[in-house]
Amino acid sequence: MLKLPFLDRPMSHPFFFYMLSTLMIASALGVILNRNPVYAVLMLVSTLFALSGLFVLLGAYFVAAIQVIIYAGAILVLFLFVVMLLDMEPETLLKIKGSTLRVTGLIFGLFFLWQFLRAARAMTPFSTAGNMRVAGTTAAIGKQLFTTYALPFEVASGLLLVGIIGAVVLAKKKIP
Amino acid sequence: MILHSYLALSGILFTIGLVGVVTRRNIIMILLSLEILLSAANLAFVAFSQALGDLSGQIMVFFVMIVAAAEVTVGLAIAVVLVRQHGKSNADDLRDLRW
Repeated sequence: MLKLPFLDRPMSHPFFFYMLSTLMIASALGVILNRNPVYAVLMLVSTLFALSGLFVLLGAYFVAAIQVIIYAGAILVLFLFVVMLLDMEPETLLKIKGSTLRVTGLIFGLFFLWQFLRAARAMTPFSTAGNMRVAGTTAAIGKQLFTTYALPFEVASGLLLVGIIGAVVLAKKKIP
Repeated sequence: MILHSYLALSGILFTIGLVGVVTRRNIIMILLSLEILLSAANLAFVAFSQALGDLSGQIMVFFVMIVAAAEVTVGLAIAVVLVRQHGKSNADDLRDLRW
């Protein structure tokens, strides 16, 4: 019987990587090119779903789950609430003065990408395909989080508390 | 897939977000592009975590998500206040601090 090398871990076939990365790049372009903020937010949801698929390919199961639950679930719903609360008109992307800003942004972006790819290619190649070295399961992450990273974990809860209080203080109307 | 594919993908995603931050003028859209930047960094973290066989990268992604949540909460509150006070959400129109 013909033994295909990817059948024991079907998700490690390159097809999934290319499909998810194409979806992610197309949605990310949709985020920055869309004029309507509501559509841009929905495009970002699609971007983050594709990204969580890539996290699964990399064996980071816990991170993929919280990516969907926290980012796509909570943060982007908050974005949608604010976009609809403020009732934004579709912004005219082409009304930027003289479009110099867009050209400059594109040039600097491409320059950054070139530098980044050059730096990435100079590294010694690691393979992430064959043997999964670590599995980012909830148990493994939780064990690390509550032992080695216990102090940053507590500090992060303080940061969230500050964020909540700051948002309430900023956004509430003045009490007479 | 080798690590380089994921790093190249992360770089492309970061570039898209960077161009978005520079070119878009609506403050909500700038915040959305910032989320793309953070996600690109997360992808690089997870790719390195798998390549080096160390879970610390994935825990760093966890903390980046917490910081992103706090940042979005405060940023959107500031956006709501700005639109309520000025009636506009264009970042170029907000120049009260300039003299």
